[in-house]
Amino acid sequence: MNLRKYLKVYKKFLHTSLASELEYKTNMLVDLITAILSLIGSIFLLSIFFQNNGYIGGWKFEQALIIQGIYTILNGITNTWFNPNLTEIVKHIREGTLDFVLLKPIDSQFFISLKKINPSGFLEIMLGFFLLFFCIRINQINLSLSFLTLSLITISCSICILYSLWFFISTTTIWFVKTWNAIEVLRSFLYIGRFPLNSFSFSLRIIFSIFIPLAFITTIPSEVFLGLSQSWKILLEVIVASVFLITSRKFWLFALKFYSSASS
Amino acid sequence: MIFNLINRKIFTLLKVQYSNMLEYRVEIALWAISGIIPFFMLNIWTNNNLYESINFSEVMLSRYFLCAFFVRQFSVVWVVFSFEEDSLMGKVSPYLIQPLNPFFRYFAQHLAEQITRFPFALIIAFFFFIFNPESIWIPNLDILLLSIVSTFLSFLIQFLIQSIIACLCFWTEKASSIERLLFIPTLFLSGLLAPVVSFPAYVKSWIYLTPFPYLIDFPANLLSGNETNISGGLGMQILWIFLLFPLFKKIWSEGTKKYTAMGS
Repeated sequence: MNLRKYLKVYKKFLHTSLASELEYKTNMLVDLITAILSLIGSIFLLSIFFQNNGYIGGWKFEQALIIQGIYTILNGITNTWFNPNLTEIVKHIREGTLDFVLLKPIDSQFFISLKKINPSGFLEIMLGFFLLFFCIRINQINLSLSFLTLSLITISCSICILYSLWFFISTTTIWFVKTWNAIEVLRSFLYIGRFPLNSFSFSLRIIFSIFIPLAFITTIPSEVFLGLSQSWKILLEVIVASVFLITSRKFWLFALKFYSSASS
Repeated sequence: MIFNLINRKIFTLLKVQYSNMLEYRVEIALWAISGIIPFFMLNIWTNNNLYESINFSEVMLSRYFLCAFFVRQFSVVWVVFSFEEDSLMGKVSPYLIQPLNPFFRYFAQHLAEQITRFPFALIIAFFFFIFNPESIWIPNLDILLLSIVSTFLSFLIQFLIQSIIACLCFWTEKASSIERLLFIPTLFLSGLLAPVVSFPAYVKSWIYLTPFPYLIDFPANLLSGNETNISGGLGMQILWIFLLFPLFKKIWSEGTKKYTAMGS
């Protein structure tokens, strides 16, 4: 019953935001070209790294492409859902419109996280899948049921971690008001997810697995693709993802206690 | 007398914008932090000994990336985003009545932000030197002055390009997506992520005809003491400014004729 209500509401969200976004059709075309160029650019950068070296951090060029594919999919998801919605939190809080969200008979986190959608991100997600299929061919990966389930599990865990990170930073807006620069900082760190974690020095690797869990976001799913990942790593990723999700939920409820509307 | 008037205008604008920027110190510090990608790139380069293949010593490469960070810090431009917001909100109308091109206001805003940003960039450089003490160097005074000039020219080129895009706001509502498109080649070709010397030959053959290598690669090489063609680089920067400025004037005068304030 409850779930049906949320599904129904989400359908309405999709409808309204698609209708408003499709008004800017050329904008979507520009976004598609941007996504393609940015993929070409990062493959170009990778090819510079590999021009005189066979391996970077133990990864071959063909293998490193898998990371690019996964990064592109995750970036597409970020652009479709996280970016349009969670940057809106800042606006809600600055202008006091969060009041209207809180008054609605629906979960506020659900409303805030899924209200909008940016369809041009879909194209980026598709682009990422194309690259992944290409990688599966050139790396001669055998598709089996266990491989598919494991990669699905790890990628959905990455999405959860990514969402929690975004949501966590956006929530801090309740205290600091202007945090979209903090999101910029997060973005620039996430950029590192395009490269195999092993290509960084030991100290940075520690930072990227503990403070900003980039290791879990792109590297572990790519290892699953190559069949290199041990099962404890996958289990750890599931645990980290659930901890992140639960903490971000708790943090949101905690932060709401401090919300005092605009001009009060 | 006219000179005095202009002088006073510039001084007042700068003073107002500087005090405005000082209010958002934390925000600017976060912006400064979000520019640390060059250091991550440096980490990949040195950790995999990639510098050997491009005839760069490790020390020179770390100086290069530090300088690239500095040049980027002082040539960040966001005028299209401010102008888009102002134009959508109808704030451009009062600016147009004033006997001062509104872009002077944005220009002063950027300069004031750079002054505010300076101490934060210094702090980041200080930490960089703590971790890489061997890369400390003192450039001679004339090189330092020349690289400040070329960084400013690089800022001017980017400001002009973005102002031209910003003027497209007179025709379309989402000019910033064009800026995001143009940012991709700027990111990958300017030398922020990899020095232009490391690019493959088929890119190097045409890249020096585009404005991109003069945005970061040229000033950073100049400041870090790497070999560059100083007069050629400065000449190309000035040439691009002379090419872009008339274009900006043309599109501005066309655009203001087209302008109809929001809601009319």
